[in-house]
Amino acid sequence: MIRLEKRPEPSRLWTATTPLLAVALTMIVGGLLFAVLGADPFEAIRTIFWDPLFHPQFAAYSRPQLLVKAGPLILIAIGLSIGFKAGIWNIGAEGQYIIGAVCGAGVGLAFYPSENVLIFPLMIVAGALGGWAWAMIPAVLKTKFGTNEILVSLMLVYVAQNVLIAMSTGLLRNPEGMGFPGSRNFKQWDAVHNAEIVANTGMHWGVVAAFIAVIAAYVLMSRHIQGFNIRLSGEAPRAARFAGVSPARIVFLCLGLAGALAGMAGLFEVTGPAGQLTDKFNAGYGFTAIIVAFLGRLHPVGILLAGLLMALTYIGGELAQLMLGLPGAAIQLFQGMLLFFLLATDVFTNYRLRFGAGAAA
Amino acid sequence: MDFGSINPALLIASIMISATPILLAAIGEMVVEKAGVLNLGVEGMMITGAVVGFAVAVTLTSPGFGFVAAAFAGAALSLVFALLTQFLLSNQVATGLGLTLAGLGLSSLIGKPYEGMKSPPMPKLDIPVLSDLPIVGRMLFSHDAMVYVSLLLVVAVWAFLKYTRAGLILRAVGESHDSAHALGYKVIPIRIAAILFGGACAGMGGAYLSLVRVPQWTEGMTAGAGWIALAIVVFASWRAGRVAVGAYLFGGVTVLQLNLQAAGANVPVSLLSASPYIITILVLVIISARGVHGAPASLGRSFHATH
Amino acid sequence: MKRRTLLASAALALSLGTGAFAQDPEVTAGFIYIGPPGDGGWTYEHDQARQKMEAHFDGRVKTIYQENVPESADAERAITQMALSGADIIFTTSFGYMDPTLAVAEKFPNVKFEHATGYKRADNVSTYSARFYEGRAIQGHIAGSMTKTNKIGYIASVPIPEVIRGINSAYIHAKKVNPDVEFSIIWLYTWFDPAKEADAARALIENGADVVLQHTDSTAPQAAAKEAGNVITFGQASDMAEYAPMPRVSSIIDDWAPYYIDRVQAVLDGTWESTDTWDGIGAGMVGIGDITDAVPEDVKAEALELKDKIASGEYHPFTGPINKQDGSVWLAEGETAPDGDLLGMNFYVEGLTAEVPN
Repeated sequence: MIRLEKRPEPSRLWTATTPLLAVALTMIVGGLLFAVLGADPFEAIRTIFWDPLFHPQFAAYSRPQLLVKAGPLILIAIGLSIGFKAGIWNIGAEGQYIIGAVCGAGVGLAFYPSENVLIFPLMIVAGALGGWAWAMIPAVLKTKFGTNEILVSLMLVYVAQNVLIAMSTGLLRNPEGMGFPGSRNFKQWDAVHNAEIVANTGMHWGVVAAFIAVIAAYVLMSRHIQGFNIRLSGEAPRAARFAGVSPARIVFLCLGLAGALAGMAGLFEVTGPAGQLTDKFNAGYGFTAIIVAFLGRLHPVGILLAGLLMALTYIGGELAQLMLGLPGAAIQLFQGMLLFFLLATDVFTNYRLRFGAGAAA
Repeated sequence: MDFGSINPALLIASIMISATPILLAAIGEMVVEKAGVLNLGVEGMMITGAVVGFAVAVTLTSPGFGFVAAAFAGAALSLVFALLTQFLLSNQVATGLGLTLAGLGLSSLIGKPYEGMKSPPMPKLDIPVLSDLPIVGRMLFSHDAMVYVSLLLVVAVWAFLKYTRAGLILRAVGESHDSAHALGYKVIPIRIAAILFGGACAGMGGAYLSLVRVPQWTEGMTAGAGWIALAIVVFASWRAGRVAVGAYLFGGVTVLQLNLQAAGANVPVSLLSASPYIITILVLVIISARGVHGAPASLGRSFHATH
Repeated sequence: MKRRTLLASAALALSLGTGAFAQDPEVTAGFIYIGPPGDGGWTYEHDQARQKMEAHFDGRVKTIYQENVPESADAERAITQMALSGADIIFTTSFGYMDPTLAVAEKFPNVKFEHATGYKRADNVSTYSARFYEGRAIQGHIAGSMTKTNKIGYIASVPIPEVIRGINSAYIHAKKVNPDVEFSIIWLYTWFDPAKEADAARALIENGADVVLQHTDSTAPQAAAKEAGNVITFGQASDMAEYAPMPRVSSIIDDWAPYYIDRVQAVLDGTWESTDTWDGIGAGMVGIGDITDAVPEDVKAEALELKDKIASGEYHPFTGPINKQDGSVWLAEGETAPDGDLLGMNFYVEGLTAEVPN
């Protein structure tokens, strides 16, 4: 009989090796899936994991694109991970991301067509505030009435989506857009265009913000007293209360931070890669970021790597569709498997396998 | 404006059809949550049920077998969730999201050959006497069997949780898995059973979409119904009867909105589409403010027996 | 741009299985799809046309495609990757790809781009669209002639000029044959959501409509109408013939194949130029699906006559006198609508009772 025995401390060895193990398992099972679909499994795996980085024809373009795709995921996931550490389950980042984009874009468009350099910073602030405010709804309800933040934040995603539809087909619609939904194109408005800082690197301000967030989160969680309080609240809520940590403050801090980062990510996306506020610009980043946060084991550096890995499977998956004719659905399933294997192997980090009937502990 | 063209009997009949898939999924998810498990993969299980149910119904030209197969397919997918969260102690939120991702991918792979096909018609029950009643007959008693199955399921779940010993144990496991374990109940097998039941219900809900409500198979056809089911459970504050009310309310808002437009009203579509979610949040606030935390206390937490 | 052969070998031979080794393809044509080819409507027809075009060139042209490309930042990347993979001409088949297509086109001056339903062009970007409203006129005629309840339901997607044009065209021609006709319009704010489309069809039918027109892409409304019985529908984007002869009595078919063949031929010949194409029934871009026997002989004959007149250019579906909804004059007696008015159409014509949502 096999039993699990809790380790006193999470194993460092396993923390580092389980992601590799999971990727290896995904490659094997995913390879089988691709073989069943009639593709050469080795070719498919190489296309997904290798070609975006090193293919002579694509890599020059797709390497920077990894940053473009990973940037918002990392930025949102960093915010979420801090809350998750504290046991605050904000799964409505998608909504905060949308509202951030709507608010930021709305503030910017109010100044159209001014080329004042202050507009873009103002939009970033508005985006962050928008996301923050949207996250404050579950925070206030949780602290005031004890409502469950998982459910409130999730419900608010759907409210946000309807706000987005109303805005992109109504108030913020491009008046010169021939009646089609969607705002003005921010890429054609220099003052607010979140362009690449250095050409062909994929580095736009959102990616910079993501890197800063990684570092700041690392410092916060490992060096700062608030980081300690956050972790304590998650791991031992009662001890935290005895230590004088106000649970309400932690809730406001964690949800507010996650909301502000998600809102900023939304603003960077509409003024940069997406270029336009449309009813479909969001593309599920807020949900994918939850996966990224867990893949990264809620650790800032882990999230950085997980965001890049996730971006790799997206872009590699697109190349596999294009070059091997693999259906997009197969890629989706492949990503699902990757997540499952990561979660499954995670058990070894915190638990030891024991064989045999064993004496009671 | 003239709303005279809206026929209340037909409206209610339509609402019943539109509510059934989310009702089935929600009642299953409620049992899962009552056992202390949060499975966010309802959408993935629904769409898997939709495609498998459709495929089997078309192949065997029998919608009945389709529903049975859909229940098994939903349960099979939920088994992945059960293994990960119950044995390997993975995080339930992340695993549930992964389940949705995998389910969406899997279903479109399975469904490719069935695109553009038509499902065998689901017979409407013709209940003697009742179906022939004026108005009420058309409104309530001329549906297909699954509408009544879903309502019976609600009653069954209610009775199970309230009156049976097994139901009591299931609730105990959801409230405090440690105490339940200390009392000698097998927390993990009980939770797995609940998860499988939830999967089967979600699968049938999906099949109702592909076999009755639409009826055809198209990629991504659940279009968020699984998430609505999750909302309904919350809205219902984990009570079976209110799940039915919630499902009919959610279904009702959708259908009513379309009917108002059809009758010529100029309705704010976005506002109406968002309203069920806003109402759910309000309900959540009200039940929380009353101090009655409807949510099972162990919801979403992993259980590991230390001794 | 020069195509490298690295990919062409193993990877691409696997992809969509053309005549593989018969001869090396001279041109690669790429397609970006908004939905899955199995949607039975919009993307389905683009994919059919892609296959017909490939078959037409018999090994000289290879096609590649990417499905389910969202109209987000992902679109620009998908188009760029397709250009990088060596496509010589890329068809982007949804309105939301407009700005991404232009952005990519700027970076790949030697690749030709064809954007469907948009209005922005460049030296290497053409636009193409179909005059669906011509087909709507014929639908309106049949609908107005056949309705017994005088109520026609219309499932509309998103309030853009193309959809409003369709409503107006159908209404004008229904009204011509049946002055008592009324339109009920439901806006779904989506092009493709089978469950919602089915619910909308049911709502219209329950409110007394016995004709349901749709400007959304799935066959769900057809299924709902079939279930209801005495309701007629029309296939949208594709023929939807599996629902003939009832409820589907005819259809508007987007036939992109002649255009795709034409454009790819131009690439082969080296004569491709940026153009703006807006073709209708006459050029074969808009097809009218078989009118079934459910339609009375005389109505069918009139409908076919109308079709011929539109095809030959003898008749324009928007010919005055036509007033706007507020009663102001839009087109005077005998005047036909200029394309500019049609492209930006944001108003209903006189007689429609609903309001255009904003």
